[in-house]
Amino acid sequence: MRTMTSKAAQTAKVQAGPGASGSPATGPAGRRGRKKSMGVQNVAGWLFSTPFLVLFLVFMAFPILATLVMSFTDFGLRNVTHPLDANFIGFENYVNLFSDDKFLKSLFNTAYFVVVGVPLTIFLGLVVAVLLNNGIDRARTFFRVGFYAPVVTTIVAVAVVWRFVLDPSDGLIAGLFSEVGLTSPDFLGSETLAMPSMIAMAVWRNLGTVMVLFIAGLQAIPTEVREAARLDGAGVWQEFKGITVPLLRPTLLYATVITTIGYLNVFEEPFVMTRGGPSDSTLTVSLNMYREGFNFFHMGYASAMAYVLFVVIMGITVLQLRLLKDNTK
Amino acid sequence: MSATSAPGAVSTAPSKKPGDTRPSAPKKARNPKRVLVYVLLSVGLLIMSAPFLWMALSAFKTPQDLTASPPVWLPTEWTLENFRELLEKLDLPLYFMNSVIVAVLVTISNLVFCSMLGYALAKLNFAGRNKIFGLVLGALMVPGNLMLLPLFVLMSKLQLIDSYAGLVLPFAAGAFGVFLMRQFMQSIPDELLEAARMDGAGEWYIFWRIVMPLVKPALATLSIFTFLGSWNNFVWPLIATNDPDKYTLPVALATFATDPNKAGGSNGMLMAGSLLVVLPVVVLFIALQRHFTQGIATAGMK
Repeated sequence: MRTMTSKAAQTAKVQAGPGASGSPATGPAGRRGRKKSMGVQNVAGWLFSTPFLVLFLVFMAFPILATLVMSFTDFGLRNVTHPLDANFIGFENYVNLFSDDKFLKSLFNTAYFVVVGVPLTIFLGLVVAVLLNNGIDRARTFFRVGFYAPVVTTIVAVAVVWRFVLDPSDGLIAGLFSEVGLTSPDFLGSETLAMPSMIAMAVWRNLGTVMVLFIAGLQAIPTEVREAARLDGAGVWQEFKGITVPLLRPTLLYATVITTIGYLNVFEEPFVMTRGGPSDSTLTVSLNMYREGFNFFHMGYASAMAYVLFVVIMGITVLQLRLLKDNTK
Repeated sequence: MSATSAPGAVSTAPSKKPGDTRPSAPKKARNPKRVLVYVLLSVGLLIMSAPFLWMALSAFKTPQDLTASPPVWLPTEWTLENFRELLEKLDLPLYFMNSVIVAVLVTISNLVFCSMLGYALAKLNFAGRNKIFGLVLGALMVPGNLMLLPLFVLMSKLQLIDSYAGLVLPFAAGAFGVFLMRQFMQSIPDELLEAARMDGAGEWYIFWRIVMPLVKPALATLSIFTFLGSWNNFVWPLIATNDPDKYTLPVALATFATDPNKAGGSNGMLMAGSLLVVLPVVVLFIALQRHFTQGIATAGMK
């Protein structure tokens, strides 16, 4: 590859001679040199892109289309070995989905998880970031590492730990309850408490990501702007409202979008902690899809679920981009 | 979820200015406020670390301590029995090796392939460049769950279920890596590359010998995030392995923890297992944390 491109470079230099006169105003040799290598860069550019593009086409573009096609078929276990034998059934999977109580419940549960979890995560992440950016200098790294640590840990291990933390008889919370003479509820065994418990865990695990984003955003605010505000007599709250929040809007937008996408896909937490129970109260769309697809091998039906979730994710992302962007104008 | 959340930590990096690493110098005077900030942060940190502490302490407790009522916070008698029993029931070294092999292969291929495309997008002027960049940005948005079903069928047809290749290939070149490398490589002065081209250096030579050494901090950042992402990845290894000998650590732990016959509700054993899974990652993170923030700061130079 190396010899090939350098050879091509030499020929290109000769050939591209006349084209180089296109921008004589800038004159210097470096500028002309760039123009000269235009021809070779087409070859090199595509050669450098090939490995990614091949992997992208086979393992991403093709599966994305295949999921769409599968969602219109009765793809089942036998089709894993004979994929082309699946029958087209039109919109039947989609029609069935919206009369499937289990799917509707998983849709509701996912929405619950997102609607409560995302604002909590963003709010707490912002609070920690603002605290870390105010008056802390020596211990900043220490705290930042501490708050960020859950992000890097394996969700499965963390979910196993949380399951024990919330254990109604031997868990950490149960221990704290008994210290003050109370009995701990069975968090994960209760239809009303299981989902809030899972949200608490998600907030705990993802707060660090949001915090890091906001710290970067806060540090990008020029100190002169803050100093000017202070000279004009702005108080702490005025400074926060008038400078910090508006200037953090791009970060807020980005943090909200990635947190929402992540939460819409929630899978590991219910898989390990509750297996979707009790009575499907923590069954999320992703977990439902996994079960339909890989436990029951209703792969066509599961594909339809995957696409509904995808469309929801795209819709919400576009909506968030619109809402938060328009406000800055 | 880890796949989307971990990369987020660096991708705002361009907005950070390197000069701002210690911006709070002029605020030293306000002492009562600082005390309050420290107190709030310490309480927060205690809550954040409580599950880890609980896990670490429980891993060394005897069955009596684990079920004691009222609860015992520190083990009355420190024991390694949980670890011994766990290693007897679960071949952790095997799963550890599987996880390491997969994560290393994924990391290496991302470093090479993402840098190649990143270089092309940042520094080569070729027809179709903007379209490929659009494709990369689009790929960043697509949730991994969308591809699982056909990917499983594809891997079954290719007979790659229960193979390292099957675990590595779908993650061999991530869009995030391309984006990161492109951002970094844009800050390399064109004059440097032009000079090399004038001297007759080929694009591969320029990429491998000139550009790659200049973006070492970015490569470090990309390695850390890719390795972590692969190490913590759960859904795909869960689907792409049937043979327990091919499980990665998270799959082995999840299978063990959700199978009542295996773990038998032994929380001590599960905490020992979680500790062994979490510890390498946390140690790695703390050891590299400086390197990692340096990488973020360098990303901000452009």
